[in-house]
Amino acid sequence: MAGESQTSDHNQRRWHHIKKLLERSGPFCHPDFEPSPDILDFIMNSCKVLVVGAGGLGCELLKDLALMGFKKIHVIDLDTIELSNLNRQFLFRKNDIGLSKAKCAVDFVNKRVPGCEAVAHHCAIQDFDEGFYRQFHIVVCGLDSIVARRWLNGMLMSLLQYNDDGSLDQSSIIPLVDGGTEGFKGNARVILPGLSACIECTLDLYPPQKTYPLCTVANTPRLPEHCVEYVKVIQWAKENPWGNSVQLDGDDPHHLAWVLERAQERANKHGITGVTYRLTQGVLKNIIPAVASTNAAIAAVCATEVFKLATSSCANMNNYMIMNMADGVYTYTFNAEKRSDCLACSNVTRVMEIEPEATLQAIYNKLCDDQDYMMKSPGITTIINGRNKTLYMASVKSIEERTRDNLKKKVTELGLYNGADILVADITTPNTLTIKLKFSELEDIEMTH
Amino acid sequence: MIKLFSLKQKKDEEGSSRPGGTQKKASAAQLRITKDLNELNLPKTCGTEFPDPDDLLNFKLIICPDEGFYRGGRFVFSFKVGPNYPHEPPKVKCETAVYHPNIDLEGNVCLNILREDWKPVLTVNSIVYGLQYLFLEPNPEDPLNKEAADELQSNRRLFEQHVQRAMRGGYVGSSYFERCLK
Repeated sequence: MAGESQTSDHNQRRWHHIKKLLERSGPFCHPDFEPSPDILDFIMNSCKVLVVGAGGLGCELLKDLALMGFKKIHVIDLDTIELSNLNRQFLFRKNDIGLSKAKCAVDFVNKRVPGCEAVAHHCAIQDFDEGFYRQFHIVVCGLDSIVARRWLNGMLMSLLQYNDDGSLDQSSIIPLVDGGTEGFKGNARVILPGLSACIECTLDLYPPQKTYPLCTVANTPRLPEHCVEYVKVIQWAKENPWGNSVQLDGDDPHHLAWVLERAQERANKHGITGVTYRLTQGVLKNIIPAVASTNAAIAAVCATEVFKLATSSCANMNNYMIMNMADGVYTYTFNAEKRSDCLACSNVTRVMEIEPEATLQAIYNKLCDDQDYMMKSPGITTIINGRNKTLYMASVKSIEERTRDNLKKKVTELGLYNGADILVADITTPNTLTIKLKFSELEDIEMTH
Repeated sequence: MIKLFSLKQKKDEEGSSRPGGTQKKASAAQLRITKDLNELNLPKTCGTEFPDPDDLLNFKLIICPDEGFYRGGRFVFSFKVGPNYPHEPPKVKCETAVYHPNIDLEGNVCLNILREDWKPVLTVNSIVYGLQYLFLEPNPEDPLNKEAADELQSNRRLFEQHVQRAMRGGYVGSSYFERCLK
């Protein structure tokens, strides 16, 4: 019996500090904040958080969120554990090498943090559809890939719903908290899809991939990197050491050894030193050394923002924080601005009403003649059963010839339906527009009202 | 500020879908390339070919220069636009064997905007003009085919003869070139 009261006492004490934040007001609270014991209950029993990535940032995030009281956490990562992860991805042990990062991280945290019900998904983010992403209140990501960030960003944008008056339905917003690190540098940001700057708005903030002029690489190498790049770009394609269809794989030790040897030969020929195993691997895989403390700091910022979003206890950062610990510690937070011509978040779907029997030509004419559009030479595409389909594009001769016949067809013959989206590009608009087709009701149905 | 907590206590369970919400959304790369292609303003010496008109991410550009060393030739370039477009440039290869200082025999092209000087504001059109310029003004300063570059610098007439021979189909040095005259 003494044991039981001890556990309940422990449970009381466990949330003691969190409760101080959630059950009383304070000078730093948001003015609209209403303290309540229900908020902790929401965090623990209702709030679903998706953690994308279970690597350097992901392990930290998962630990931080679980210890804050979040229980309904899902984790996605398609990677498996490697030896070189173990210095900082502290939820993994040597025995876990080769196993799924998501599964191991989730098993560890569920075992270590009582009550935590994290769920693992060992797959790519692209393997899930809207139904999966819609179930979450908040998405937080620790990714190392720009493509994955852009995909996730696009997914959350596509979940936005608009009211009939064109205003955004706030209940359809799933906030995205994004962290990233590179050596001693890191950033964290909060994105409210449709309301604040998104990944695509600030795409130019990502540094371009390091590339070397091809002619330098080919003829006048000066750096050890040039030698590796030469073998990667030119020599591999020329010699195809593993046959024509085998792409260079930076994770394959045999490939790496082959590249290293050739790069060293080239370096010797040009009197260059410094081509090592590590450098070769670095150039092939674009490796930037990961620093555990940078991950910990950035993940802590992200987890704090998730907590603020979930509880409304405090205003979120506005909205982009950078941190540089290379020389002392420097941080700065600024308001990244939403771009009015952003491809992802300003691409609000417009509605076009057409007859169910209408042809593609009728849509084309509407786009050119209608006061709302007045386009010059609209190119029309769509997505049917997950595949892109070019409906008509006048400006590219080779496509025009092969899509001309579509103009005569009825929209239903082309696979379009009531509520289908078409994508329209034209010189008169800064971006490709998404237009939802709405079939006008037949007249006799209207008469019966 | 959004009050997430009061806004939606319970989320829909997984798998629930709203009507009309099932059509896959176009990626930002797809939206952007559609725009690029729709506004493609090709010089009269250039044309495109789409093996699959539904796939706007993979296509060919054909350049038939009407002046300069390469007049009368027909050169095919393949464009592969990746999911990270326009953050990363398209991958462009020359599929026609050509004796050119800035194009090697594997079809690699040395054009600054295809690598180190690529910017997301550039478009497919910028690349087309860049490639066309390479045929009008081969640049021996940045060689990829060093032999051709040296020759252009030291003996323009010989270079011109070799370009002609390569375009008619034949050997220049130890390399064989397929005929590519129009």
